[in-house]
Amino acid sequence: MAATAHNAKVMNRFELTKRLVAQLKREEAVIGGIGNSNFDLWMSGRRPQNFYMLGSMGLTIPIAFGVALAQPERHVVALEGDGSLLMMLGCLSTIAVQTPKNLTMVVWDNGMYQITGGQPTASGATTDLVAVARGCGLANSAWAADEEEFDRLFVEALKGGPTFIAARIDDKPGTGTTDRDPVQIRERFMRGIGVRKEA
Amino acid sequence: MLPVFHAFKKTFSMTDPTQAPWHEIVLQMLKANQVKLVPYVPDRVFTPLIKALHADNFFTTFPCTREEEAIGIVTGAWMGGLRAAVLMQTSGFGTIPNALASLVVPSQIPALIFVSERGTLGEFNLGQAMVCRTMRPVLDSLAMEQHTITRHDELGFIVDRAIKQAVATQAPVTFILSPLLTGGKVFAA
Repeated sequence: MAATAHNAKVMNRFELTKRLVAQLKREEAVIGGIGNSNFDLWMSGRRPQNFYMLGSMGLTIPIAFGVALAQPERHVVALEGDGSLLMMLGCLSTIAVQTPKNLTMVVWDNGMYQITGGQPTASGATTDLVAVARGCGLANSAWAADEEEFDRLFVEALKGGPTFIAARIDDKPGTGTTDRDPVQIRERFMRGIGVRKEA
Repeated sequence: MLPVFHAFKKTFSMTDPTQAPWHEIVLQMLKANQVKLVPYVPDRVFTPLIKALHADNFFTTFPCTREEEAIGIVTGAWMGGLRAAVLMQTSGFGTIPNALASLVVPSQIPALIFVSERGTLGEFNLGQAMVCRTMRPVLDSLAMEQHTITRHDELGFIVDRAIKQAVATQAPVTFILSPLLTGGKVFAA
């Protein structure tokens, strides 16, 4: 029994990722975390404004925050897993103090390290990640009760932030795999968000 | 006067740039190279630099909870078109090899990493002395550009030119600021 119980529906990461991408109308940047967060973002359709993080577990939200600081007019979305976030909880404190208006953090919580064999995470037992985010000072933090509420929370988040949205998800693996060329991924992303020009 | 000081004069307001404290030189070189974002993990020796960065509206600067976090922020900022440097001490460098090896180096990010060197020249903490020994081998094994700065008269030139090279070649650079430059952390033996 979780210390702070919640009644959120167990959803599917790929389905939610597709719903999220469908809401992006203004060339928002999306930073996909290592592993399944990335894979389902990749399979949701290639966008030049997507960055797929290949290593550096835990740094999805800090990278997204950096992009948000660099481009305050563009909204930036981080897609992160529960295991990865638990590795870098401190970033929530930093962001709560700095209050970037153009940052949304989405966390897929399946209570396990799915990709390494399903070992349990603390969020599957005692740790309520929304309570953690609120405790860090991120007032706009919520569990998505179901798909419709996820859509509503995300649309609201795009209007201003910082916002933290957590979704309980099932144990399904990612639906594909990204390309593995870090330079190409970085370069495409920089072109996608207007930092580099097409030759 | 050596040619290098002519370049300094353009960026310094004081009449004799060689007399500026080390932290003022670093700040001015960051500014001259449009490095506007400086996340850091606090360090006693870097305190005057951190204070000066906070006091200057040109810079966005704030503390992070871990050095890795700052590396992530710097990476995102660069991709978004904003140059950024990170400040840490030697023990903090010991926490970032994975972020360097799996993000900064393979993605070709010109992260500007300033390390306040502890663990040498009068260190009193064995743990600091041990972690200091890991820093240069890590940088060497990743073939990362690094400069240990000991001389005040070389500081501005090294920082200025190395930032320009990092940006031009899309490669990270580490500046190790020796106690010979900063005075380091002093304790009574």
